[in-house]
Amino acid sequence: METETFQPKILAFCCHYCAYSSADLAGSMRIQYPPNVRIIRTPCTGRLETEYFMKALENGADGVLVAGCLEGGCHFVEGNLCAKRRVNYTRDILVEIGLEPDRIRMVNISAAMARPLADTITDMVQTVRKLGPNPIKRNGAPQPENHA
Amino acid sequence: MIVAQRKTILDLLAIVEKHRKLVVLGCGTCVTVCLAGGQREVSIIASALRMAAKLKGLPLEVSEATIERQCDNVFLEQAADAVKTSDAVLSLGCGAGVQALAERYTGKPVYGGLNTAFIGILEERGVWAEKCAACGACVLHQYGGICPVTRCAKHMLNGPCSGSREDHCEVDATRPCAWQLIHQRLKEIGQLDELKKTKPPKNWRPSLSGGCRTIIREDHRV
Ligand code: SF4
Ligand code: SF4
Repeated sequence: METETFQPKILAFCCHYCAYSSADLAGSMRIQYPPNVRIIRTPCTGRLETEYFMKALENGADGVLVAGCLEGGCHFVEGNLCAKRRVNYTRDILVEIGLEPDRIRMVNISAAMARPLADTITDMVQTVRKLGPNPIKRNGAPQPENHA
Repeated sequence: MIVAQRKTILDLLAIVEKHRKLVVLGCGTCVTVCLAGGQREVSIIASALRMAAKLKGLPLEVSEATIERQCDNVFLEQAADAVKTSDAVLSLGCGAGVQALAERYTGKPVYGGLNTAFIGILEERGVWAEKCAACGACVLHQYGGICPVTRCAKHMLNGPCSGSREDHCEVDATRPCAWQLIHQRLKEIGQLDELKKTKPPKNWRPSLSGGCRTIIREDHRV
């Protein structure tokens, strides 16, 4: 079946202080996770704006994972809480336009949580695989033209 | 500032779907500050429209632009290129901005993408509240700087309605009773005697009646 062979492309925004380090740790510990994620390191998930998530999905990502510190443990106090609200807002917009909201997910991972990170990635890949390819890609990703 | 919020993406799509090339045009002033129509919201809404159009199989191209101020003719020139290369404009300015654009760029459809809500301020992060209804004959000086026209649900000008509960309005229990605030503030500034004065009926003529209100300053005309 197509859904079984489909290899989703998932963009993972990982906070430098936690999830990114836990991905590093997973490497040192030789913990395997699916190669479907493309990790982008961010100084804090609070730096991420709704538009980044929208552009990722618009340009063909099948899923977006936002991984920040544990709640209460953000290096910048509440960046991860801001990110959570923006992820929720993005999910609302996806519902409005008729795209599955589960294509984006926020998770909280500490720098020591290499195994949970790998499990989270595996779970996200499974979720997106079930949803199938991002339908936006069907006619080729768009080329936004910008003035000013 | 003018406070507004966006229409739903599907409402917006219904407005613009008959066009092929659309520009979503933001405004860098009030609606940027109230997070409804600045550059960032242009980016989000344009993305959402492109995706929604694609999912519906509509051949809609959507570009993005933001100018400093839409309600001022001096700044509208900045939008010329974006408007020229599009079939229609979806403005994320307030109602004044949308109309200024339409007056400047005659012959080009200009649509409003926001619901302009009120003149207000940011009360706390993510919460805006109305403070002025532009009634045209301001009475703030009599009420300790708290506007009963806007902030009292019944627009009471001669004291509270007596329905408040625990300092909150009986019409909307999430909002403080304006008259409670007026009393408190007048007490703080030693002007409680203002409340003993009977207020004559307010002059509503300069308010929202009789068509478009204008202000003409002969000293500034040429
Ligand atoms: S009295 Fe009128 S002009 Fe003054 S703040 Fe209230 S609504 Fe605005
Ligand atoms: S409770 Fe206070 S704010 Fe509400 S209608 Fe009565 S006087 Fe006005």
